[in-house]
Amino acid sequence: MNNTQQNETNEMADNKILVIKNLDKNFGSTQVLKNIDITIDEGDFLVLVGPSGCGKSTLLNCIAGLEEITSGEIVIDNLDMTSVAPKDRNIAMVFQSYALYPTMNVEKNITFGMKVRGESVQAQQAALKNVSDVLQIGDLLKRKPAQLSGGQRQRVAMGRALVRNPRLFLFDEPLSNLDAKLRVEMRAEIKKLHQKLQTSIVYVTHDQTEAMNLATKLAVMKGGVLQQLGAPQEIYDKPNSIFVAGFIGSPAMNLIKGVAFKNQDELFFRTQLNGETIQISIDHYESEQKIVEGQDITLGIRPEYITGMKPVDIEEKMIISVMLNPVLIETNGFDKHVNLEFGDGEIGGRFTPQEQIIYGQPVLTYMDFSNISLFDSQTEKRL
Amino acid sequence: MTNHVLAGTAQSQLKSRFWHKAARFSLYAILGIFALFYIMPLFVMVITSLKSLDEIHQGGLLSLPENITFEPWKVAWSSACAGVSCVGLKGYFLNSMVMVVPAVFISTLIGAINGYALMHWKFKGSEIIFALLLFGCFIPFQIVLLPMAILLGKIKLSGSFSGLIMVHAVYGIPFTTMFFRNYYMTIPTELVKAAKIDGAGFFRIFYSIFLPLSPPIIVVTIIWEFTNIWNDFLFGISFSEPGTQPITVALNNIVNSTTGVKEYNVDMAAAIIAALPTLLVYIVAGKYFIRGLSAGSVKG
Repeated sequence: MNNTQQNETNEMADNKILVIKNLDKNFGSTQVLKNIDITIDEGDFLVLVGPSGCGKSTLLNCIAGLEEITSGEIVIDNLDMTSVAPKDRNIAMVFQSYALYPTMNVEKNITFGMKVRGESVQAQQAALKNVSDVLQIGDLLKRKPAQLSGGQRQRVAMGRALVRNPRLFLFDEPLSNLDAKLRVEMRAEIKKLHQKLQTSIVYVTHDQTEAMNLATKLAVMKGGVLQQLGAPQEIYDKPNSIFVAGFIGSPAMNLIKGVAFKNQDELFFRTQLNGETIQISIDHYESEQKIVEGQDITLGIRPEYITGMKPVDIEEKMIISVMLNPVLIETNGFDKHVNLEFGDGEIGGRFTPQEQIIYGQPVLTYMDFSNISLFDSQTEKRL
Repeated sequence: MTNHVLAGTAQSQLKSRFWHKAARFSLYAILGIFALFYIMPLFVMVITSLKSLDEIHQGGLLSLPENITFEPWKVAWSSACAGVSCVGLKGYFLNSMVMVVPAVFISTLIGAINGYALMHWKFKGSEIIFALLLFGCFIPFQIVLLPMAILLGKIKLSGSFSGLIMVHAVYGIPFTTMFFRNYYMTIPTELVKAAKIDGAGFFRIFYSIFLPLSPPIIVVTIIWEFTNIWNDFLFGISFSEPGTQPITVALNNIVNSTTGVKEYNVDMAAAIIAALPTLLVYIVAGKYFIRGLSAGSVKG
């Protein structure tokens, strides 16, 4: 690397806490990570999300240095860590199984790292006090991991990470062993802790709700390839592929197949519904690629734009009202998620609890097309 | 109608309770018979060793001793004759101890490190190495006798305690490795990862995290290795010389060298003395043995 390049990297990496460049990882002849590029700023909460086997945990292990990478570069806090041992990367990690040392009590679990690094007993005790105050585990210090509940173990595992005071925290599906209620509580606690300490975090989960809730930056992965990187809302609003559209958001985005169609210079999306042709103007759609007439396109519409009440303040031509048959009614209390028969398939909509929806009785449904995503049906990429 | 049905169920309940009890009874009866069958030889040995020769010749095999005497035990321990030397088992007992303790220690320690490395520090070929080691469990003693004798001669250890210790330790490693590897399989690798990030190295992780988790399997391994090595006769007779013979070889010599009358009581006492340490190990560590075989999972 020559000097100019070096300077450039330094300038660019001013407050970049983690830079992953062209990372490839092979296990034997199988490529598990392909050309990953991710950069996060100090204080960012990056969540790696994707279906199982997408390589998100492998990527985290690569960042930690627990897996060697095949090619590429990992820079943590402006230092090239590509081939540095885990202990020297100035990171801390929380594992799915918590990985608490079973024979050591909480206190020893938390101070083990400091002990190994040869820090003084005073320093250990000071750090222990600090961490146990932050996490409120002061009264658990003498207990063994087996005597702790799931939530307490989780907290101790976080304590073990916090005590290191690292530049970067790594979390590997830390909540998936907890029951539903505790998971929501711990999720909030992690979020609050992040707010309070302003730490930088890389967090792996397969749960897209958790990912959306926690992230300041979201990385959606599939098959070892980074699909999309951005703020959670941005990814929710503008998924760049059909995969991301289907993966992020629950219930999933509805996808309707059709063709592009031009009428008097206005661009329309046309599809068939029970023998009838439906046309929706897509002239307002800010496409990143040119849409040509006759192109097979897939229209994505989130369930919250399919409702039983006519949306207000929306142009008339953006709204279509149809009678649709409910096939699945799920009550959440605050709203109802209803799957409606739509041509050969189904679409999901959100209805208010007040609306009476009964199996077998068609419902008057308003579809608001003012907020849609369009994809090329062949490439499955956003248009 | 309902009454009849009720009466019927009550009757069938009684009936099934009777059969349940009968089955229980026969089960315990059979178990009792088996227990008696197995305890019988030990019983005969103990009572015979406490009788005088006269009494043995007069009485039946199963009759209890009339005058209990500990003389045969004294003879067996300090003055029984093997060939021309009449020194009892005392010295050989010590020989066996000198051989068994280091051999058990070495094979257990190496097995633990092997098992830990093969399970949690996988490297290219680690599975093959484990498979080859397992293969070692199936090699009969007889096959290695000759090559081992040559090897011991070459490294100038034939007939020595060190030679015997080495042979037993090496022969034990496949078993101990298998025990520890399978036990460590239940310990999540995430523990190793966490410790690596905490800055601990290979031996630090072994010593601080894995060893404290290992007492159950250590006990199993010690019992297994101690019993095998203590009871071994073939290696003992092949690779020892008069000064280093283990107790099994001495016992054989005592029982087989008869001058005139066969001293059954001394033979029995000698056999019990030779078996005592393994018995003791089982009694002291037996409950860990069962625990170690059945448990091993570290939850949390």
